[in-house]
Amino acid sequence: MRRDRVNGYGFWAIGLHWLIAVLILGLVGLGFVMRRTAVDPALQFSLYQWHKSVGFVVLGLAVLRGLIWLVGRHPEAVASLGPVERRAALSTHLTLALLCLVVPLAGWAVASTTPLNIPTFFFDLVVIPPLPLGRSEAGEGFWSLVHAGAAYLLLALAALHAAAALYHHFVRRDEVLSRMLGRPGPHGPHAAPASPAPNPLQREGSKQ
Amino acid sequence: MKPVALTLLVLPALLCVSSVQAAAPELAQAAGTYVISGSSQIRFTVDQVGGGGINGKFTKFAGRMRIDGNSIGASTVSFTLYPQSVATPEQRISDFLRSSAVFDAETYPTVTFRSTAVRQTGENTAIVDGMLTARGITHREQFAVRLQGLKGGTIAFNVTGDVYRSRYKMDVGTPIYLNVVKFDMDIRGDKR
Repeated sequence: MRRDRVNGYGFWAIGLHWLIAVLILGLVGLGFVMRRTAVDPALQFSLYQWHKSVGFVVLGLAVLRGLIWLVGRHPEAVASLGPVERRAALSTHLTLALLCLVVPLAGWAVASTTPLNIPTFFFDLVVIPPLPLGRSEAGEGFWSLVHAGAAYLLLALAALHAAAALYHHFVRRDEVLSRMLGRPGPHGPHAAPASPAPNPLQREGSKQ
Repeated sequence: MKPVALTLLVLPALLCVSSVQAAAPELAQAAGTYVISGSSQIRFTVDQVGGGGINGKFTKFAGRMRIDGNSIGASTVSFTLYPQSVATPEQRISDFLRSSAVFDAETYPTVTFRSTAVRQTGENTAIVDGMLTARGITHREQFAVRLQGLKGGTIAFNVTGDVYRSRYKMDVGTPIYLNVVKFDMDIRGDKR
């Protein structure tokens, strides 16, 4: 199993990145649809339950991604990036990672505070208990605001993040995007690892 | 026929509750036609996974029962619920229950029960079989009736029964909410 290398991302980082991205986009779309008053009430109920279950999947994956980030090594920034770009990229990535935790946690708080008291039955398999928060319409309203606000911010940053990745790929023609696609190196003049130190992981990665 | 048995005839009417004592009324007293009073309480619960559930009631209903003094089995009960009147502590749940997802109260404004048989099971208890119609679908259902009292022209019963909502295409929310709707009704009838 590939791990993060000096100049590229490993299997887990790439897999979690794209899986979380797809799930979050799906959740945002689901969130828009299920809030529409014209939706059939029975379908709306089901959509809410799916939204909650998938949201907990994202929360679990985001926690896993965070743990891997904390204990693993991190690829060096692409050499063509200037110091301002590196700081901007790091800030955006950390904020995105944080929002991937905050948004589902706030959603959990909504389910925990709403007077509707609908159990969170994770894919009809196990009941996820509510957070220790009091149930009230005010609490539900507050956490709904946090949940939606954080989700919109996450969506905006994700769009910015994607736009930057595309800019680097098609305009700057560096490996910012390609290495998150599992193809580090050959896409530009900055393919060489930032650290020339021999590393078995690098050699392993170069075979792929 | 025992006086108690007579009272059981009344049971068919899902009626009941009140301050009436459990003393067995005289057959002659119980026989007759009763109109279900608005003071009756039609309560129901739907349990949910992890404990708790939905507690609700219907505030609009109508019905009548005829207790046959000569043959309990010939007694009859008819009962109509108006699902638009369903009420729970949470307005959004009440609205959901009225919606097309559950009762579809606009399309099917009534839920009806018509007894088909009454069977005495004890001194003051009986089983009432009948046909329940909801959302245009009819199924046989059974309710347990306990006579709680007969005082003056008023008769009171407690009626309980479990109804599987999936039979009536109301199984939205399962398995988070159980399929069974537990009815617990205190029904009072005024003699006419």
